Amino acid sequence: MRRLNPSLVAGGVIVGIIVLMALVSFIWTPYDATFVDPSIRLAKPSWEHWFGTDKFGRDVLSQIMVGSRTTLFVGVVAVGVAAVIGVPLGILAAMVRRWPSEFIMRANDLVLAFPALLLAIMFGAVFGASTLTAMIAIGIASVPSFARVIRSGALQVMRTEYVLAARAAGRQPWPIAVRHVLPNVTSLITVQASVSFAIAVLAEAALSFLGFGTPPPTPSWGRMLQESQEFLFSAPRLAIFPGVAIAIAVLGFNLLGDGLRDRFDPKLEDRR
Amino acid sequence: MILRLIERTGVLLVSLAVSSVLVFAFMAVLPGDPARVALGVNASEQAVAELRQQFGLDRPLTTQYVDWLGGLLHGDLGTSYVSKAEIGPQVFDRLQVTLLLVLAGMVIALLIAVPAGTLMAARHRKVSGLALSAVSQIGVAVPAFLAGILLIMLFAVKLGWLPANGWTPPAQDPAMFLQQLILPALALGLVQGAVLTRYVRSAVLDVLREDYLRTARAKGLRPFQALWRHGLRNAAVPVVTVLGLQLATLLIGAVVVERVFVIPGLGSLLLDGVSNRDLLLVQDVVMVLVIAVLLVNFLVDLLYVALDPRLRVGSR
Amino acid sequence: MSDVLTVQGLTVTVRDKTLVSEVDLTVGPGERVGLIGESGSGKSLTALSVLGLLPEDVVASGSVRLTGVDHDLIGADERRMSRVRGRELAMVFQEPMTALNPTMRIGDQIAEAMLIHRTRPGRGAARSAALELLERVQLPSDLMRAYPHQLSGGQRQRIVLALALANDPALLICDEPSTALDVTVQALVLDLIVKGVVARSSALLFITHDLAVVATVCERVLVMYGGRVVESGPVGEVFTNPRHRYTQGLLAASDLDTADRRLPTIRGNVPAAGQFPSGCVFRTRCPHATDICAGTPEWTGPVADGFACHHPAEPVSSPRLPAGGAHA
Repeated sequence: MRRLNPSLVAGGVIVGIIVLMALVSFIWTPYDATFVDPSIRLAKPSWEHWFGTDKFGRDVLSQIMVGSRTTLFVGVVAVGVAAVIGVPLGILAAMVRRWPSEFIMRANDLVLAFPALLLAIMFGAVFGASTLTAMIAIGIASVPSFARVIRSGALQVMRTEYVLAARAAGRQPWPIAVRHVLPNVTSLITVQASVSFAIAVLAEAALSFLGFGTPPPTPSWGRMLQESQEFLFSAPRLAIFPGVAIAIAVLGFNLLGDGLRDRFDPKLEDRR
Repeated sequence: MILRLIERTGVLLVSLAVSSVLVFAFMAVLPGDPARVALGVNASEQAVAELRQQFGLDRPLTTQYVDWLGGLLHGDLGTSYVSKAEIGPQVFDRLQVTLLLVLAGMVIALLIAVPAGTLMAARHRKVSGLALSAVSQIGVAVPAFLAGILLIMLFAVKLGWLPANGWTPPAQDPAMFLQQLILPALALGLVQGAVLTRYVRSAVLDVLREDYLRTARAKGLRPFQALWRHGLRNAAVPVVTVLGLQLATLLIGAVVVERVFVIPGLGSLLLDGVSNRDLLLVQDVVMVLVIAVLLVNFLVDLLYVALDPRLRVGSR
Repeated sequence: MSDVLTVQGLTVTVRDKTLVSEVDLTVGPGERVGLIGESGSGKSLTALSVLGLLPEDVVASGSVRLTGVDHDLIGADERRMSRVRGRELAMVFQEPMTALNPTMRIGDQIAEAMLIHRTRPGRGAARSAALELLERVQLPSDLMRAYPHQLSGGQRQRIVLALALANDPALLICDEPSTALDVTVQALVLDLIVKGVVARSSALLFITHDLAVVATVCERVLVMYGGRVVESGPVGEVFTNPRHRYTQGLLAASDLDTADRRLPTIRGNVPAAGQFPSGCVFRTRCPHATDICAGTPEWTGPVADGFACHHPAEPVSSPRLPAGGAHA
């Protein structure tokens, strides 16, 4: 049994807590997260409302809990989109001849010129902002990093003895990709998924903040931050709670990614 | 050298052409009818048809594209369907604001990342290095707009040292300009600095393991002298790549920070365009941002060659 | 005349492992001394300890004195060591492909060696001296403006030699300088090293695993095994009349004269670093080992000419002088 590395443990625990919080929010939250109670607008934290209430008298803790669902949902779909497109593209780029491969990577570079935020704003302008447009935009913007990482990993696998042997034995490219290349890049996929998840959480928060993400009344950490802006003087806690939630979530996925990387490739341990 | 320059210029031109087609297809073709979008669903057929005719939206798409691209090359970005105002001057006005902000953010990021990253690498086994590492890890997790909000809370609300928001052109009131620039630039710079620090650290760590650094020490250079004279330029090569990507992130990140600090930059123009359903304006701003990103990538490629003589002769 | 380099009781440890223990060695003025042994015997660590460039976590103790330097090199701070390195003490490393800075011109890298120690009055003087050094290692002068990647391994190693010799060091240490090179350029590089030190009357500490190279380059040799010096003496004497059983095995395994016979090998493998047995480090592989080998063997003879073995091979001819004898 190898020594547990602290990044992996810390990242795992943080991500675990967020997932747990999201799951619990389905069956129980202190209050209905969308329930408006004008009599307790901007209430300070108390035994009844641990994190206080917002300008509509909604319970902040309940909103944070339900908001974690939005965050995870957007992250899962965005990373899923990125992986489903990026992984085959990366493997393909590693296996085809020089020119098609060059073409794929150039196209990849071009997509890099459209960051997630810009894509999501374009989507929002054309189709109207929604959770779906945000997820797809973040997903597409994350494709290049997946394709790039998987390609370099797949290139290494393609140079190994057993793949050379399989090719020499006349195996078709497709079985080689599925049987040899894919299983050997799963660790890279996992690491990249974790890193992309962190980026997706950041992007979702920024988009909701700008009003290009999940529309009200569904709670979202980014929009909670945006709504808090008018109360920076009177009730700064309204910004602190969702802000800290975002930062902790991103930290968790980043640490998880770092920890996984170290675990899969101990040689790189103190490089990052 | 010349060959590479030609190759990179070719890549730049093709990328620009392809992305202009993409942006045009996305913004002008996908929505169906920009005139309808501009006027809203309740507008009469007649009004929509008039607007279409007025702005040439009834012409074939290829003509419209060529027209738009031709204008773009001359700096003519067309006329807004909504406000009926020239778009070009607005965009260039706002672009200056955003560029100033991004530049200031980048400078701050570099001022943080280079010393902090180097120190972290030099002390990577010591407590101080690990502590810096943890701080940078937290910095990476904070989005720029959140950093902006926290900075406002601390320096504007609590301490009252700096204005919470606003923008004054530098020519009008340099002192005010600087005061208002500090917080948004810090918001951008602190976060990017944290990200960059981690790359500087790993680049310097790699260089510290290199044999030529040992040769430099065997010559009689002290550890930091050796790192300064022989390590810096070599470590800069991978860092410059990240820097290029980061400039792109910063340009877009500025959109959100502008919103937080109520700065009239390209970002707020873009967001206004979206909420006014001004599709041509959005299309133009997106294109300008993409051009900026591609240009930065191009310059980074050239800088690369300047830094690493191994790339100058022959092919890869 | 006193020795240029005097190492006494050098011990190198990493965490709880001892990699080099109680090494004594001396190099006289202008003398060329070889340090031989298999990989993992501790010879490179010995050299790096002298230079004070051990990797992190690796700690040296004992005493290393260099002529003209008024302090011990072990435990000296960076400020003092940096004055010695590249000035009185220079080193050529094993791997020429990575030893030079890829982003700096060759001429600047050589000139820098002199500018650091201000042994030339200015940039111009340093550059013309660098040009001269290039000539000495038989490289064309237009390489001054070249970058390392434009040079072959042999050319790069000559550059490394040129900058090591730039300040006429009292001692030059070479760590396997020709091992990474093609056979065809090995001889040239070795020849340039010998010519270089002879011209400056510098002393040479030459580390290698190649006995043939030691025989051509060095006058005296030390044999290391398991982090200890097991035998030392003049090259001719040690090679024709080895006393330590390890030296004997090493010579037999790399027979210099006969190529038509199957070479005998030393049984077993070199243990991993820090895993050598107590007592005589060679006893687990030695065909002559007995129970007394569990005790550390005493050194027989003077430091510069002796061995440490409980069961030494019989002297073939011209027996060595007993300890404390009249050694010139």
